[in-house]
Amino acid sequence: MFKSEDFAQELINNGYDFFTGVPCTIIGNLIATLTERPDITYIPAVREDVAVGVASGAYMAGKIPVVLMQNSGLGQCLNALTSLNLIYKLPCLLIVTWRGFEGKDAPEHLVMGRICEKLLDTVGIPHHTFNPDNIKVLINMSYKLITENKKPLALLLKKGIID
Amino acid sequence: MELLKDQLVVCANGLISRETFTIRDRTENFYMIGSMGLASSIGLGVALSKPSRKVIILDGDGNLLMNLGSLPMAGSLQPKNLLHIVLDNEVYASTGNQPTISNVVELEDIARSAKYAYIKKVTTDEELRREVVHILENDGPSFLLVKISEKEEQRELGRVTHSPEEIKERFMSAIN
Repeated sequence: MFKSEDFAQELINNGYDFFTGVPCTIIGNLIATLTERPDITYIPAVREDVAVGVASGAYMAGKIPVVLMQNSGLGQCLNALTSLNLIYKLPCLLIVTWRGFEGKDAPEHLVMGRICEKLLDTVGIPHHTFNPDNIKVLINMSYKLITENKKPLALLLKKGIID
Repeated sequence: MELLKDQLVVCANGLISRETFTIRDRTENFYMIGSMGLASSIGLGVALSKPSRKVIILDGDGNLLMNLGSLPMAGSLQPKNLLHIVLDNEVYASTGNQPTISNVVELEDIARSAKYAYIKKVTTDEELRREVVHILENDGPSFLLVKISEKEEQRELGRVTHSPEEIKERFMSAIN
């Protein structure tokens, strides 16, 4: 399993320098790592759309932001993504944990687990899914994609990929 | 607006953006045309990332009530360069003056609980001028609640004519 410390380092090495989001158990260690590091800032947001707003402000002030959230938060920040990021062309990397994958999860995760990819397709936000072998490649590619295309990109993270 | 120099201003959507654009359009203004509620979050992101510049959030009561969580976030992070001005007319003026609930809820008390460093409520032009001068000169995060009558917003206002991308590009040039 990929270590959360290495995952955080990979994001930082690739140029990401502003982190915000709302926790999920899948990224619990990652958020703890980001919070503890003295060289970067992780801003705990009260809600996912707020995180997207804060990240958008940070981008305009010169940062390249990452927003961490559970896929349940995608619903919460849909209006921010569609009426802020996509029309102003404000990029951010969305690291979205994929709860409810293949229907194996608590009931509240099953609907979003089934539709989160389709939802991103409908909104027009490109997305990829981490597997144990593509972590460095996806993070590296994501920076290039969001800074060139100036729009959000979602990387979906299932349980068991990072520790 | 005449008191402003190079301060960055993030304007809430609706009449607040349109009126600011009409009265004094400047590259340091970010007009949020959608994403209602998030002006306070966008402003916070700018303030945290650019501590050398004063950032003013020009919010409305409807916007703030939609994103009350932005208050404790600013209060807990304590960005000294953040000034949160709320124009409170107690209605959703942009959609035809439907009442909000700010006639019964004391928004400045919520800001106080949220640990803003300086909180003031003003009701007259004279107080407003004095307080804007004060918060521009002092450290924040400051919260200024400006009680206004809905009549003051009844003038015909055009929409912001810049495209969202233009608004962003010139705001970014003004910051960096």
